[in-house]
Amino acid sequence: MTSTTISVNGRTVTADVEPRLSLADFLREHEGLTGTHTACEHGVCGACTIMLDDRPARSCITLAVAAHGAEVRTVEGYDGDETMATIRESFKKAHAVQCGYCTPGMLATAYDIVTRLPDADRDRIRLELAGNLCRCTGYIGIVDAIEMTLAEIRGGS
Amino acid sequence: MKPAPFDYARAESLDEAVRLLSGADGDARPLAGGQSLGPMLNLRIARPALLVDLSPIAELREVSEDEDGVTIGASVVHSAVEDGEVPDVTGGLMRRAASGIAYRAVRNRGTVAGSLAHADPAGDWAPVTMALGASLGVTGPEGRRTVAADAFITDPLTTVLEPGEIVEAIRVPRLSGTARWGHYKLCVKPGDFAESLAVVVRDPDRDRCRVALAGPTHAPILLDGVAGLVAEASGWSDALADEIKDAAGGGIAAAGFADADDRYAMNVHATVTVRAAREALSR
Repeated sequence: MTSTTISVNGRTVTADVEPRLSLADFLREHEGLTGTHTACEHGVCGACTIMLDDRPARSCITLAVAAHGAEVRTVEGYDGDETMATIRESFKKAHAVQCGYCTPGMLATAYDIVTRLPDADRDRIRLELAGNLCRCTGYIGIVDAIEMTLAEIRGGS
Repeated sequence: MKPAPFDYARAESLDEAVRLLSGADGDARPLAGGQSLGPMLNLRIARPALLVDLSPIAELREVSEDEDGVTIGASVVHSAVEDGEVPDVTGGLMRRAASGIAYRAVRNRGTVAGSLAHADPAGDWAPVTMALGASLGVTGPEGRRTVAADAFITDPLTTVLEPGEIVEAIRVPRLSGTARWGHYKLCVKPGDFAESLAVVVRDPDRDRCRVALAGPTHAPILLDGVAGLVAEASGWSDALADEIKDAAGGGIAAAGFADADDRYAMNVHATVTVRAAREALSR
């Protein structure tokens, strides 16, 4: 067992874990934060995408022990965040959610697109979403939602 | 899919990393961003006895620029290159290459040196560093040495690194102002590993022209015949494209890079080479 100390949604957590435990499983099983989903578990599908030190990262191929000292933000950690509130509202309006399995990862990537690339056009949004698979929506609604969010933020500022 | 059990140690210094990696009966692996090793662990393709985490080592995160080029520490991530946090001494080639690697979430963790050391034959950095004439600083139990990027990967997933050795930094020489480059990556979906990836660097002021090619089945190669044609060229023409395609085919067959009877693979690699050369000669 190895000790790891991680800030999870603003709360500092210290735990002794097996080195092979992924950050995704740590969040789900040790912290009960089941909003982080695992699917492919080898970094391809994007369902497990979380914010690690304010940048999107794959929690399935990041070890909990290697996240020692990092700040993690999961889909449960956006209370009071206006940007995420806008993204979520847009996802609802654009029907960007169907079964919901990919959604936590989609929201993390959407948050990254909206904050890092405020001028992203539709093609760029699609390119940036290449690392998040959705088997329900056909992506149209998700791209619409991110485009809608960007337009709303531009209009509001 | 969960990894088989392994031990884990955080190295606080390079010396400690080398010492730890030299133990474990040769069954220790360094861990940087883990974006290549992580999937291999989860798929149980890699089953090391010990992982040595390099992330606490501050000096591996250093980047230094001088007149002749830039030295990129082994823990520098792809997105730092993509965002221009690493001084681009290559006129945009490294930024282009970085932005096409996997996805942003992977680029935020994955390292340039780790990608090279993992040595996936279709990895993005090997042909770029080979075409640029870059080199790798390596440290290990016997001390330090420098390895040219074109001599680093010997076979798929195999490098010249000896047990206990790790890549410390990558040295990228500065291109002159008149240098031009081409970079063409063929993949089915953005972020995939390349089906074929060619990089052309033409720097007449430094009397250098190099062409590198990577693909999924063979270690990356240099195509000297194509480089000769690109160096001599004064512009782009269909006739030159045909010459380059022939020269690429010859180089690919001679190196055993693709099966000469596999007309699809031969065509893909030769065409990708032509497209990279066209970009270099059309800028």
